[in-house]
Amino acid sequence: MAIEFLPIAILFVLAIALAVFIVFLGSIFGPKRYINTKMMPYESGMTPIGPGTRRMNVRFYLIAVLFILFDIEVIFFLPWAVVFRSLGLFALIEMLVFIGILLVGYVYAWKKGALEWE
Amino acid sequence: MTTTDLLSVFPLLILILWACLVLLLDVFLKRERLTTILTAIGLVVTLGFSISQNNLNLTGFNNMVVVDNFAVYLNIIFLGSGLLAISLAHDYLKRMGINRGEFYVLLMFSISGMMLMAIAADLIVFFLALELLSIPLYVLAAFARPRVESEEAGMKYFLLGAFSGGFVVYGIALVFGATATTNLSGIAARIAEHQADIPLLTIGAALILVGFSFKVAVVPFQMWTPDVYHGAPSAVTAFMAIGAKAAGFAALMRIFVAALPTLSEQITPIIWVLAALTMIVGNIVAVAQSNIKRMLAYSSIAHAGYILMALVSYGQSSVASVSVSAALFYLLSYAVTNFGAWAVVIAVEKAEGKGLALDDYAGIGRKYPALAAAMAIFMLSFTGVPPTLGFVGKFYLFRAVIDGGYIGLAVIGVLTSLISAFYYLRVVVIMYMRDGEPEVRSEPWLNLTTAFTAIATIVLSIFSAPILQWASQAILSTF
Repeated sequence: MAIEFLPIAILFVLAIALAVFIVFLGSIFGPKRYINTKMMPYESGMTPIGPGTRRMNVRFYLIAVLFILFDIEVIFFLPWAVVFRSLGLFALIEMLVFIGILLVGYVYAWKKGALEWE
Repeated sequence: MTTTDLLSVFPLLILILWACLVLLLDVFLKRERLTTILTAIGLVVTLGFSISQNNLNLTGFNNMVVVDNFAVYLNIIFLGSGLLAISLAHDYLKRMGINRGEFYVLLMFSISGMMLMAIAADLIVFFLALELLSIPLYVLAAFARPRVESEEAGMKYFLLGAFSGGFVVYGIALVFGATATTNLSGIAARIAEHQADIPLLTIGAALILVGFSFKVAVVPFQMWTPDVYHGAPSAVTAFMAIGAKAAGFAALMRIFVAALPTLSEQITPIIWVLAALTMIVGNIVAVAQSNIKRMLAYSSIAHAGYILMALVSYGQSSVASVSVSAALFYLLSYAVTNFGAWAVVIAVEKAEGKGLALDDYAGIGRKYPALAAAMAIFMLSFTGVPPTLGFVGKFYLFRAVIDGGYIGLAVIGVLTSLISAFYYLRVVVIMYMRDGEPEVRSEPWLNLTTAFTAIATIVLSIFSAPILQWASQAILSTF
């Protein structure tokens, strides 16, 4: 059994060796210019505004939680839609139950003011 | 999906639907009193449907759920604890200024998770049930927000709960790797056909044991218990101490007794050590506590050790069913006593976490004789002194352990019970022998709960035969 994994082990060793080798080459031959722009934190290309360790508004977390909730809902829709024809009415009822439960949560979140940003 | 499938989860469906409905009603009408009443009605109706499932022995969803008498017995305990928790919480939440309708909804969701745990017969369903019962409990532990202790309790419980959930999932994965199925009957069949990878299966089973040990607070996985029980609102703690514990033991008993009795050679020593450690550490550390909530938390750890004793002999098929019914009876006796003790704690507790020290109980014996008598009954029942329910429970439990041939463990159990007498009776001594100016709340539902549980502790111990009969019928269906 162990012998079957030998190629993978060789691949691992080669990959690590190659990576170390390339980094090593770069540190020898690469140009080294230290300028202020390069020392800045990377913020998708634009000039950073403010420090990176600012306190976040807790509302962002609420939005993130709601986003994940309804995002996953969509993920479940996709395989359901693919096999919908072969499952028929049963699948439709199952999905309605699923949406119904989510809808209860949605109405609750809405009514509690979780979607408002004043 | 067939009618049998629907029938097997019918009480569960009723409760979940009802919880969704109450959630919407609460958020639109904003009348806490209505929410309380509706929740109680929902639990009573579900209780009725659960009782009607007795002796039905259904299996549903391709053996993923099994409704046997074991499950029915536990479901009745869960729903009963839910009702008692509501009666404890009703005035307590108002007094503490945390009277939010979500309490009742979360309670119902948590109970539905526990009920799913009792009927689960597939490892995936166990995990689903574990999450469904735990997540509402995390929120409930932090329910006294913005009190820091409560938030800390919720956070700690969540982190440790998620951590232990990881153990369970990893264990499930390894068991699946060893047997190529997650179904308990499938696992048992695979082992019987000698097609299971026993070392891998043992590791998986041990990981599942660790994961659920966190939930039932077994030493050395008990670190979260005192902080969470102390920080959470008392009504929540009372429910958590019995509900989560009973559900965890339901899972352990179902998984190990029904599917893995052949592994007993490897698992029994582990359970032996865990049970002994839990009884010793829980009882000894409880002696050092000066806060009643922390004391009861350690006492609940110790009681988890006693119940875990019943699992030691799970491999011997002749003793296993007796042990399981002894554990079930003990769970019931612990539930009744526990709710009574917490009712007294809630009566003495004041806002801002005051009134929780043992010294606050000084003088209650003279000023409030009825309450003191009730507390004395609960403490004696915890210790296991006749004529209380705790005595009968301990008696059958120790007898089952001795029948299994684990006399050493039974001796440890008796000796640690002696240690526990010290800190339980200390409360009684403080109440009667010391002078003080105690202030006690008198709220109708709270008094009713205290009186009901105190009377039940005495009466049920004298007429324990029908309950024991019921518990001994509540055997697991084996595969």
